[in-house]
Amino acid sequence: MLARTVTHALVGLDARRVEVEAHLENGVPGFSIVGLADRACQEAKHRVRSGIASAELDWPVRRITVNLAPAALRKEGSGFDLPIALAVLAASGQIPRERLREHASLGELALDGRVRPVGGVLAAAEAARGAGLTRLLCSARSAPEAALAGVDPVPLRHLAEAAAYLRGEADPEPFVARNGRRPEEALSDLADVRGQERARRALEIAAAGRHNLLFGGPPGTGKTMLARRLPGVLPPLDTADALEVTRIHSVAGLIDPGRPLITQPPFRAPHYNASVAAMVGGGPGPRPGEITLAHRGVLMLDELPEFARPALEALRQPIEDGIVAVARVGGRAIFPSRFQLVATMNLCPCGARGDAAAECSCSPQRLAAFRDKLSRALLDRFDLVVAMPRPRAHELAAPQGEASERVRARVLAARGRLGQARPEWAAEATVLLDRAVERLPLSGRGRARARRVAETIAALGGSDRVEASDVSEALAYRSPRELTFA
Amino acid sequence: MRELAWAAFGAETGTHVVGEPRDPRFRAFRQRFDATAYLEAIRRAGIRWLPRSDPDFPPLLRAIHDPPVGLFIRGGGSTELLRNAGAAIVGARSCSPYGSQVARMLGRELAAAGLVVISGLARGIDGEAHRGALEAGGLTVAVLGCGADRDYPAAHAELARRVRERGLVVSEYAPGVVPAPWRFPARNRIIAGLAAVTAVVEARERSGALITADLALEEGREVFAVPGEITSALSAGTNDLLRLGAAPLTSSKDVLDLFDLAPVAPTEAEVSAEAEAVLTALRESAAAADELARATRLEAGTIAAALTELELAGLANEAGGFFRATSIGT
Repeated sequence: MLARTVTHALVGLDARRVEVEAHLENGVPGFSIVGLADRACQEAKHRVRSGIASAELDWPVRRITVNLAPAALRKEGSGFDLPIALAVLAASGQIPRERLREHASLGELALDGRVRPVGGVLAAAEAARGAGLTRLLCSARSAPEAALAGVDPVPLRHLAEAAAYLRGEADPEPFVARNGRRPEEALSDLADVRGQERARRALEIAAAGRHNLLFGGPPGTGKTMLARRLPGVLPPLDTADALEVTRIHSVAGLIDPGRPLITQPPFRAPHYNASVAAMVGGGPGPRPGEITLAHRGVLMLDELPEFARPALEALRQPIEDGIVAVARVGGRAIFPSRFQLVATMNLCPCGARGDAAAECSCSPQRLAAFRDKLSRALLDRFDLVVAMPRPRAHELAAPQGEASERVRARVLAARGRLGQARPEWAAEATVLLDRAVERLPLSGRGRARARRVAETIAALGGSDRVEASDVSEALAYRSPRELTFA
Repeated sequence: MRELAWAAFGAETGTHVVGEPRDPRFRAFRQRFDATAYLEAIRRAGIRWLPRSDPDFPPLLRAIHDPPVGLFIRGGGSTELLRNAGAAIVGARSCSPYGSQVARMLGRELAAAGLVVISGLARGIDGEAHRGALEAGGLTVAVLGCGADRDYPAAHAELARRVRERGLVVSEYAPGVVPAPWRFPARNRIIAGLAAVTAVVEARERSGALITADLALEEGREVFAVPGEITSALSAGTNDLLRLGAAPLTSSKDVLDLFDLAPVAPTEAEVSAEAEAVLTALRESAAAADELARATRLEAGTIAAALTELELAGLANEAGGFFRATSIGT
């Protein structure tokens, strides 16, 4: 007596089709799972057995073998509980086998038979639809996520519901697609920041041109406060990007069932003790890291020099390529990582630089060691670097800043302009850039960076032509001397 | 040639030599010392020897009470440079942005007017003074506390190379002598001795720059001190000098008047009206970009562009987010 059903295993961000076969035969009663199942997957035995009992269905007192095919693919996690349970039920004739084969399924079982959500439902649902399976049995909490893929989710709260549905006895509560049932989380607003016009301007340019941005300055000047407000001035994601971001967050199990589709650019701010694997991705079967979770959004590194140097150096390739390749024993995965980097740092180890009221007590040796922590190559990847000196007292009495909404409107307009043809360059603008390369410590990459920033500035100004003043401004946001030479 | 033997003996024994050594080992050293071969060896390293007895030896330096036995000289400049009117600019190694701005400005303006800028190639004030002189296309002399064949400090190797292009790097120590703390005060007496005027830009209470000033005073040379904030430890030394009677230095004209030289008005680069407004505000006082925005009522983006324009024109510079005008203006 054999029954089959389909589920999906995650490999990186992709879902691979896995057939779950259950075979019942006479002999000493027992239950074994074969097909390269990991520990969590092996433990499914106990959950499936209790789940079936709790659903008041019969546990076949036979010799049960479950095979997960293809056998060469490593299977991880608890999402196989539901398909295994259904295959066993079908093999023992408690649910119709033919009907089961029209469905894909995914979900974890509780000992009392409840169906729990698992990560990666969106990817699995997309794969199911690709294979022509339009109905996906999954946890009710995963259903909104599955619906995004265009499949018809069958939202389940309990294993008994699945059995009743497949027997045609009862339909579960039909799923109604709705996104944004919960109000969008209010992002911190730029209006909270007083003064710091230069840094605000740089933030706006960074948002418009997706430039990497570094704020330097003594503690307490609002570097972090400002950096955290970057997502609030970014335009929402378009549909394709939103689905891509949602798929990544689904794999990481970070989907809010109330708002399954992620429409705002993600914002990730890992702590500075993050390891290389936490940053770029890793684990036995590679899992996405912070830079992938920040894909199409913002990766914020607060206190940049405090991060371990290997973790920082690992960022260089993804910044350039927009993807990161992670190879592990359990397989190799390529994750997207097109993020915008925003970072903050002090200008010296004691933090006094840039503070008019304090005297820096760092020795030249200590300063040199501090600078050495950040490679020139990494600093070179920040298009905009802004020193934020400590504002004097009267600066803080400045009027409230412009609200994020108005800045976002300008950013959106500039993005539209940048999306069209490349702007033309006024002759004086090119001359100025050449002259600057001679006079300022500017690398080849630095020159290209200044070019891009100048084009963004022109677009923000509503122009298709880059003028000398745009280049001048772009050059103002280059690495301060403290970070480039003694 | 006897002075060369003295200097070489000093290098070999690690002692400071200003006359015929009384050390008993010197007789034996003198016997085996081959002056011609030695001169040839240092010549190959690009180093010349100017003994105290040479008529070209700078008279001001010869006049101090313990002049060096001679100078090892390296660089493209002529030895005549050492006899030209020169001003020493000295000060703290860990200086403030204010100090480095003043040192750079003085170096530039004094060199532009024709003075030789003399300093010690150290970090901070010394380095800025040399850089200022080079910026003006002027001549500068660096006096080292180690052999002239070394670049000390290593971070200033590139600066030393630029000084040597048209100026000179000199030392009383033979090539190969390593820097040692006690050699620096001795080096300072040469800086003070070569210069007709010594200007101290920033100095803590017990700074090497004050030793230079004391030596200059002992030799009856003019000493200037740049007034600083009374609350800053970096100005304690210079303010002390002022209290003791040093002349306050408030512009390069104070120094140039002594030499009957006229300050060279910098050729003001053409800058935009916005940059002009920002420069006027900067000449009031150093300021952060946001303060300038408030003072000039210009947009942050316009301020940023104006500041770059001023930096490129050499009229302003930045440190730690604060901008300063590089000259006081007219």
